Amino acid sequence: MTADPTRRLLLGGLLATPALLSGCKVLDGLSAVDHPLRNVMEGANRLTHKAQQLAAGDALAPEYTRADIRQGMRPNGTTNPSDADYQALAANAWTDWRLTVSGAVERPLSLSLAELMAMPSRTQITRHDCVEGWSCIAEWTGVPLSHVLSLARPTSKARFVYFRSMDTIERGLSGSIRYWESHDLRDSLHPQTILAYGMNGVALPVRNGAPLRLRVERQLGYKMAKYLSGIEVVPALSDKGGYWEERGYDWYAGL
Amino acid sequence: MDTTAHARGPLVYRQTLMTRITHWVWAVSLFFLLLTGLQIFNAHPALYWGQESGFEYNNALLAISSREGEEGLEGVTYLLGWEFETTGLLGASGGRAHGFPGWATIPSHHDLGTGRVIHFFFAWVLVGTLALWLMASLLNAHWRELLPTPSDLRALPGDVLNHARLRLHRTRTYNVVQKLTYAGVLFVLLPLMILTGLGMSPSFNAAAPWLLDLFGGRQSARTVHFAVMLLLVLFFLVHILMILLAGPLNELRSIVTGWYRIDPEGDAHDR
Repeated sequence: MTADPTRRLLLGGLLATPALLSGCKVLDGLSAVDHPLRNVMEGANRLTHKAQQLAAGDALAPEYTRADIRQGMRPNGTTNPSDADYQALAANAWTDWRLTVSGAVERPLSLSLAELMAMPSRTQITRHDCVEGWSCIAEWTGVPLSHVLSLARPTSKARFVYFRSMDTIERGLSGSIRYWESHDLRDSLHPQTILAYGMNGVALPVRNGAPLRLRVERQLGYKMAKYLSGIEVVPALSDKGGYWEERGYDWYAGL
Repeated sequence: MDTTAHARGPLVYRQTLMTRITHWVWAVSLFFLLLTGLQIFNAHPALYWGQESGFEYNNALLAISSREGEEGLEGVTYLLGWEFETTGLLGASGGRAHGFPGWATIPSHHDLGTGRVIHFFFAWVLVGTLALWLMASLLNAHWRELLPTPSDLRALPGDVLNHARLRLHRTRTYNVVQKLTYAGVLFVLLPLMILTGLGMSPSFNAAAPWLLDLFGGRQSARTVHFAVMLLLVLFFLVHILMILLAGPLNELRSIVTGWYRIDPEGDAHDR
């Protein structure tokens, strides 16, 4: 078979195909978030979202036991916001910090950490899945978001909830960007969706989002904004719904 | 070994239109799934066994990393307790730190978001095509052509020997090694790929927690997903080798037009 040029040509062609397609970088243009072919493929995200809604319904994410907590919670994203206002609030042990609840609500709120901690609480041991692929189990304590929203009384126009963070994730020429995220009411009102102030039996550490972070247990880590300062209830999203979404990540991150 | 001097037997219509279409859609899908899968893997190039990833204890089966060596960046691969230097292939290549090298990923640079978009798009294409093929196979009884008969199984040792000696017969129907291989890919490996993929999804974990129990945890599911990928790559390599040995033009014609030239005694091999 050494003398068969057709065969050798075919073999060479087959082996070279991946190199041609990826090595020659013809597909690297798909990295641009407005690439038309990319937009076509992103259409599948809507199908994925629907499939997840249909399959999961209101089911709870798996919960684990204390014996499953074998290590500290690995932080991701910002681990200590350098913002002056954040540092000032931290230095004062969060006494001046407030969580605002605004937007399409009948009763806007401004809540202190002590007020949040006095509300009904929920503790859950869950697995945190980072979009990078790793997982880490930890115990989270906080107030169900559904309780806070019920106090604010969303109007009939309310459909989505924005979560505003205090950490500046990007400093650029066009200004600085503070981390933000958003969820629909379905996930916002889910019983395991909590505003967490405690982790593994202690106050939420700075690297994990002190004083308050979001837990949405059926989605990936980047959906759970840390260092919260405000919650805004809106009738519709006015952007792609979050910092990473603007950079090409899926809005519904359940996969 | 001589594979070119076969006398020409008759042309037979061997592959239905459905088989040919699904074959090529799968081929394209698996190509993109592989290279975007490696892109996604590169975001955290390590595999663990269990529910979570051990950072303060070790449950890693594989970990790819890089370190500054005397001659620049070195790739280091840890596998089941063994450590290998893998500069140029794993950990570090082209002077940059990444798990798999740029030529093995789509996009070629680090871009997890884009890798996920393409991966999930082709995952749907694969799942849809597999469902279509399953339904069509039930209707036209094609699935039975992949199921070994009792006489097939009796012939198995001889057929394995034939393949090992690269003595390939061109027959109207699949031989038993082909049947077992294709059935293994379509009924075992691809479903496993889909199930382990779903097993990694936090929302699907809520819908079907039994998947986590089945695979022993989310990180185990991710590891099995990777291992099945290796088996599919192995299948692809052997598949291509067999095609080259059996006569690539004839094989290519059959999967494009459906028509396949069998050996003169080809029908005799059919049992």
